Amino acid sequence: MRYPFWRVGVFVVVLVWPLLWLYQALEDVLGPDPGKVLVDRLGLGALVLLLVILSLTPLQKLTGWAGWNVVRRQLGLWCFAYVLLHLSSYCAFILGFDWSQLGVELRKRPYIIVGGLGFLGLLALAVTSNRYSQRRLGARWKKLHRLAYVILGLGLLHMLWIVRADLKEWVIYASTGALLLVLRLPPLARRIPRLMAKKGSSAKKA
Amino acid sequence: MLIKVTKASDCHESDVTPESIYLSRRNVLSVAVTGLAVSGLPRWAAADNVARYADVEPGKAPVWFSEKLSSVKWGAVVVKDEAITPFKDATHYNNFYEFGTDKGDPAANAGTLKTEPWSVVVDGEVGKPGRYALEDFMKPYQLEERIYRLRCVEAWSMVIPWIGFPLSALLKEVEPTSKARFMRFETLQDPKSMPGQRSGFALIDWPYIEGLRLDEAMSPLAILAVGMYGRVLPNQNGAPLRLVVPWKYGFKSIKSIVRISLVGEQPKTTWQSIAADEYGFYANVNPTVDHPRWTQARERRLPSGLFKPNVRDTQLFNGYSEEVASLYTGLDLRKNY
Repeated sequence: MRYPFWRVGVFVVVLVWPLLWLYQALEDVLGPDPGKVLVDRLGLGALVLLLVILSLTPLQKLTGWAGWNVVRRQLGLWCFAYVLLHLSSYCAFILGFDWSQLGVELRKRPYIIVGGLGFLGLLALAVTSNRYSQRRLGARWKKLHRLAYVILGLGLLHMLWIVRADLKEWVIYASTGALLLVLRLPPLARRIPRLMAKKGSSAKKA
Repeated sequence: MLIKVTKASDCHESDVTPESIYLSRRNVLSVAVTGLAVSGLPRWAAADNVARYADVEPGKAPVWFSEKLSSVKWGAVVVKDEAITPFKDATHYNNFYEFGTDKGDPAANAGTLKTEPWSVVVDGEVGKPGRYALEDFMKPYQLEERIYRLRCVEAWSMVIPWIGFPLSALLKEVEPTSKARFMRFETLQDPKSMPGQRSGFALIDWPYIEGLRLDEAMSPLAILAVGMYGRVLPNQNGAPLRLVVPWKYGFKSIKSIVRISLVGEQPKTTWQSIAADEYGFYANVNPTVDHPRWTQARERRLPSGLFKPNVRDTQLFNGYSEEVASLYTGLDLRKNY
């Protein structure tokens, strides 16, 4: 395995946040409505992870460092895990496990529907993230995993429809996402310069 | 009618579990002694200071407030069998978008609000219009404590001991003309001290506007508050003068009021202007009329723990049907949400 320390480091950094939030919630530092805070933070965390994942390719092109690519699958699965926790927290802390209410919400609230679609998309990507699926699907695998772009759009729409009075935060995430998508347009993608000379011995970092 | 006749079944404020005991449920035994000691204090010892409620930070009260505090009618209206929300939660979990959209923003940012000197403009269809210094504005009124449920449109709720006076007393003072049919309230607009008003991405067209029908304003439940938890209003809770209409969603209870107008036409309120399908003029608490984005059938009574969620059914008119339902006879509450 290449870059074991880098991989483990990323793993730990992403793992720490939900644990920290849970600890804070139990220690009463998240205020009087900790369930809502957890739901919000997990959702935002998943969005940030998705943006990080989409910046891996541009970063790889800019720096020429192969390490960016080796954490892609891991971060993708983390993004799914965050969304899974986000959804579970919503069911537990907001709906109080009232499943009939979940049915109502899924039928009536556009932002919940959009969020649900995003979750299904991530589920499909998580299930097919293994080598076996990659081999089985062949060229179609890459096409399928372009769903990530759609999921980003769904996530941003989900967030936009929750905003009530100030768009600043949303605009920051949306413009970052838009930039990362634009960088993928072939004419632009080809022009991303390499800032650092390719290191022949980058393996020694491992 | 301003005098609140206490029903035999009403609990007195002294029956409310002291917050110290409520908070220490994890080590009941050791703290029960302290709790007893606190609740055992003679009434007069606590009558004119913040020791009525546990863990209340004393505020810097203006002279007029301190003077009036000694004659406050404590516990004039109370809430039955429901614990008062801890002071820390009521002051650190706020919607006051002038200071930011996060719940913690008002507590963090409202220190910049200058509440002294403060003046209130009274205008429109009134016999006695004018701009009043707050201490003069407050002169005619006797303060009383009203413990009310507060239900936010976001489906959380609290129980808060306000100090204020009936809005109807103000109406008597300013002498509305026969053309007056609605009240319109306006919050301070001061981007220098209110960071939310400086945001270029705000959907709100400042200043914040709210309104009531005149007969709603005359309801004995409607008050203008200047204090809470036995002290002056903290800035983040709408100092120095705010509306409290407990049968309506929290956003109707406009904060830091600088202008009160009597008008003939229904005022265009802030949330109505942003999203009329989500926030109506009436905004009466109603479990059967959903917000388009979430249900209003239930509410999280704060504090609501992770593994002990304090979720309860929302009541029509926030449990104040007896007092206000008659205002809306013949009105379709589904259409006039």
